[in-house]
This record gives sequence, C-alpha cells and structure tokens, in this order.
Amino acid sequence: MSGTLRNQAVRTLQNRAFLALCLVCTSLSVLLVAVLLVTIVTQGSARLFNQAAVDAVFSHGELGHIPELIRWSVLTNFASRRPDDAGLCAPLLGSVWVCLTCMVFALPLGVGTAVYLEEFATRTRFSRFVELNVRNLAGVPSIVYGIIGLTAFSRMFGLFGNPDGTPIQIGDPDSALSLRLPFGPSVLAGGLTLMLVVLPIIIIASQEALRAVPKSLRQASEALGATRWQTTRLVTIPAAVSSILTGAILALSRAIGEAAPLLVLGIPVFIANTPSGPMSNFTVLPFQIFNWASRPQVAFQELAATAIIVLLAVLLTLNALVIYLRHRLHHAL
Amino acid sequence: MNQFEAPFMNNVPARPPSLHNAPPDAPIRQPPRLALRAEGFNAWYGSFQAIHDLTLDIPMQSVTALIGPSGCGKSTFLRWINRMNDMIPSAKASGSLTLDGENLLDRDHDVVALRRRVGMVFQKPNPFPKSIYDNIAFGARLHRTMSHAQLDELVECSLRAAAIWDEVKDRLHQSALGLSGGQQQRLCIARAMAVGPEVLLMDEPCSALDPRSTASIEALIRDLRSQFTIVIVTHNMQQAARVSEQTAFFFEGRLVESGTTDTIFTNPSNKQTEEYVTGRFG
Repeated sequence: MSGTLRNQAVRTLQNRAFLALCLVCTSLSVLLVAVLLVTIVTQGSARLFNQAAVDAVFSHGELGHIPELIRWSVLTNFASRRPDDAGLCAPLLGSVWVCLTCMVFALPLGVGTAVYLEEFATRTRFSRFVELNVRNLAGVPSIVYGIIGLTAFSRMFGLFGNPDGTPIQIGDPDSALSLRLPFGPSVLAGGLTLMLVVLPIIIIASQEALRAVPKSLRQASEALGATRWQTTRLVTIPAAVSSILTGAILALSRAIGEAAPLLVLGIPVFIANTPSGPMSNFTVLPFQIFNWASRPQVAFQELAATAIIVLLAVLLTLNALVIYLRHRLHHAL
Repeated sequence: MNQFEAPFMNNVPARPPSLHNAPPDAPIRQPPRLALRAEGFNAWYGSFQAIHDLTLDIPMQSVTALIGPSGCGKSTFLRWINRMNDMIPSAKASGSLTLDGENLLDRDHDVVALRRRVGMVFQKPNPFPKSIYDNIAFGARLHRTMSHAQLDELVECSLRAAAIWDEVKDRLHQSALGLSGGQQQRLCIARAMAVGPEVLLMDEPCSALDPRSTASIEALIRDLRSQFTIVIVTHNMQQAARVSEQTAFFFEGRLVESGTTDTIFTNPSNKQTEEYVTGRFG
C-alpha cells in the first residue's frame, strides 16, 4: 500500500461538522415557516376567531359554544369600507370557482399531452421540440401568461363583439350556461389563464409519473394483444395515477396562490356577488390580500392576515382531498 | 377418358412434388405441419446485425429450445415472432418469418391479432398491479365481451392449466403482487394462456426463480406441450434437455445447428455445439 494514511480523527470531525451544517440549514427553513405562521396567526386570529366563545370553550368548558368559535361573518360578508363588516365571501368562492375551472381544463389537457409524449410519440424532431418548449414554459413568469390570457381569452384578439363594443351574448344572460364572446374578466377567462400557468407543471409531473411505470408492464399488456390505447388506459395510467395526482396538487397550489396573471385580466377587487356560472365576474383571495395589505389602516392589515389563514386552510383542504383520492385510487388497484 | 379432360389431368401431380421420386408403394407421409418458419431471416438493431440469414422450422405442438451464449440473437428472434420488437424503434428485420404461411414481418400484418395467437412469457414475472382474477381476465377482456360466468370459468381453467389454481383459489381478488416469484411466473403463464394462443414464447422464464419454482414451471411446460407450440429461450442446458423436443443452437447471430434435443445433446454434428452443450465454452 502506498500513500499516507489519512487522519481518522479529522475525518470524523469533518463528518460531524457537515452533519451540524445540514441541521442548521434544516432548522433555519423550519424556523422561517414557523415565524411566518406565528406572525400570520397572531395578526389574523383576532378577526377570524370569536374571543368570547374561545374563552367560554377553553376556560369554562362550555362546549355548546364551539360553533361560535369562528366569526362566520368574516367568511360570509362581502368586502366593505368598514373593517368590522368586511368579509371575504366573494374572493373565497371566486378562488374556488377559478381553480376548479382551471383544473377542469388543465388536467385532461396536461395528462393528454404527457400521454402523447410518453406513450405514442416516437422521438421525432417534433416531439423533442414540444418537450423542450414545455420545459421552457414552466419557467415563464406568470404575469406573461396574464398578458396571453388577456389577449386570447378576455379580448379574444378583438375578433368578437357587437359594433357598439359590447360582447356578443349567446344564450340567456341570466342562465349559468350562457356564453359571452369575448369572455371578458370572467371565471372562464380566469380559469383558462391559470390553466396556461399550471399546464407545464401538470405535463412535466405526468410525464415523470408515466416514465416511472415499469416497461415490463407495458410489454405484458402488449404481448397479450392490447393496443397502445388499451395499454395506456388499463395499465399505464392506473399505475401512474397517484403520481399524476401529486402533480395536480402542486398545480392546484400554484393556481390558488396566483394573483399576477388575473390582475392583468382586470378583475375587480370589490365585488358584491359570488360567481354563479362561468361568465360571472370574480375576484380571488390573493388579490384581496394584496388589496387589504396595501391599505394604511391596521384593521385591514389584520384582515389580510385573516385572509391568508383562510387561503392556507383552503389550500390544505384541497390537498387533503387529493391525497384522500390518491389513497383511494391506490388501494382500488 | 373424355378428351377435354385429358390436358387438365396431365397437370395434376399424383403426389406432392417432394415425394415424386419415392417408390410407388411407399406410404405417403404427410410432413409435420409447420407452425413457424424462418427463412433467410435477418434482424438489426440500428446498424448492428443481431441475426444473420436464419432458416429454422419450428414444428407445431412441441417444445423448441433456443440455446446459445448471451447476445447470440435467440431472444431477438423470439421477440420478432410476436413482434415485441415493434416497441424498439431501431429494430428492423428482413427475410421471411411465417406462421401458417403468413409473413409476420409484413408492415401491415395486424400485430394485435398476431399477439392473440402468439403469447409471451417474460424473463422476470410481470403481473399487473391488479388482483389475481383481473390479471387473468385482462387478455380475455381485451379481445371479447364475456359474461361473468364465462369469465369465472376462463379464469379457473387458465389457473388450473398453469397448476396454480389450488394455491390461489381462495384469494382470487387479492393483489397478484402478494404471490411468490414462482407463483407470479405461473400466473403470467396462465394469463398468456387465457387469451387462447397457439404459440407460447418463453424468454428465460425461470432465470429469476429458485430451483423449486423452476421445477414446477418445467413440469408445467411439459404438460402444456400437447396443446401449444412452445418456444423457450434458456441459458440452462439441463433445462433445455429436460423440457424440449427440438433444440436450436445459436452463436453470434447465426444458427449453428438445430435438430431433436436428443441429437443436439448426445450426438451433435458441429464441434461448437458439442463444446457449448457440454459446458466447455459459453
């Protein structure tokens, strides 16, 4: 054996030092999240929770007051100039509507694209071009998608509209199923714009999910005489569905937190009705938070914190729903 | 004899042409019906030629073993028989590979119909992450609509034929991934048989299994040879000797020798074959 023996004590010390460094990094990021949550909760809880009911339940054990713990008026009221009356009914439902619309379009389109690229496309110049572009699109700032949404969905390149500048109405304007061309700042336009933002995320996540399905399963299926489509539908997608849904969670989280692309569409910040269909006006939680937080009064900043708590709660609920679904699908196999 | 019939009669051979020179009193023997026939068959991956000018007959309802060192082209040949190589973009083939006279290499040959006739069992057991029942029913459901009762019967028959029914009959609706490796492989054989193929291709079906499971699969292969034409690729000389009736020895993409298993193992005409089957090379 040639060379000199390395000092064992020094190596052990280096190992410990690196471990300590990793621990510091981990605790720093955990600390950051903790600080953020504590700040938000201390600022926002006063307007979300009913102090009298909290005392009654937790100090005196009067369980009958549990339903009063939350000041429901914050959730059911519309925005107001007086902080005590202000609520986030419109942005809350607006966010839910827009995100659901977004997912309704983004999931089939994204998964469909991923299935084409992974299962059907041969490595041609075209498929490589598509893949490269999907990867690039994932890095585009969301406000750019806002501009595209404004041009393509809200204004529709100025191709539609009556001579007096009003939109063309298709169907009964009071019906939930009516359509207006161009879409304007509607739920549909907002959902489609957010679809542009999350589409690359869904495509990439679904591609990874499909790629992780063992080749041997596809071979088994094709050797039994399944067509490519039968293989995809009966074997590949079922095996990949839980990972695809994980991608969907990521996409949903991204969509619900986006304010910039919707801002460009010109959505209103004050609105006194909740969406009733794809053509309704809407506003979203991040936009409401932005608006309240930028006001000078302390009361509105507290409201902004309350809205952040609600946003996080909605996000966690949607995530829990998808995780539950994933679990169900996984065990149904 | 009618004069109008005479010229026509002259064109009809009394016997098949190959037997023309046989003595007139010799019994007319039908040659064994050929299931599979490769003639001047070449296969490539990109610019690498994996098989050179292969001519080989594989008779019906018997077991043919393909032996030879790794990379000799035997698996490639097997995967061309049911066109699994279609999944590899760089794979190409020329010459003819016929099943009952139809050239399988034709571009417009229906691979879905072909794979219904030619099933395949892979090296590693690859059950679907579904129940045992659904694994077996998968192929049948692809090709035909069946009632529940018909499907139940098919599942039972296939599992019985693969000698695994007694082990799984109480847990048909549990995941197939809970079975042992040997059970999974027999399940895969049952799954392939449930489609009703004529030919079963097996690509080293026992290489991932322990000796006991191997013995059960070999027994199964011997049981099945009266019903199916089985082509098996194996690296195990004893296995080839135990289960097959014909053996073909491949080396570096060429067929060196083929014949009955007895001849290949006891009295090969080629020196290379003898060295390989006795374990002196390869």
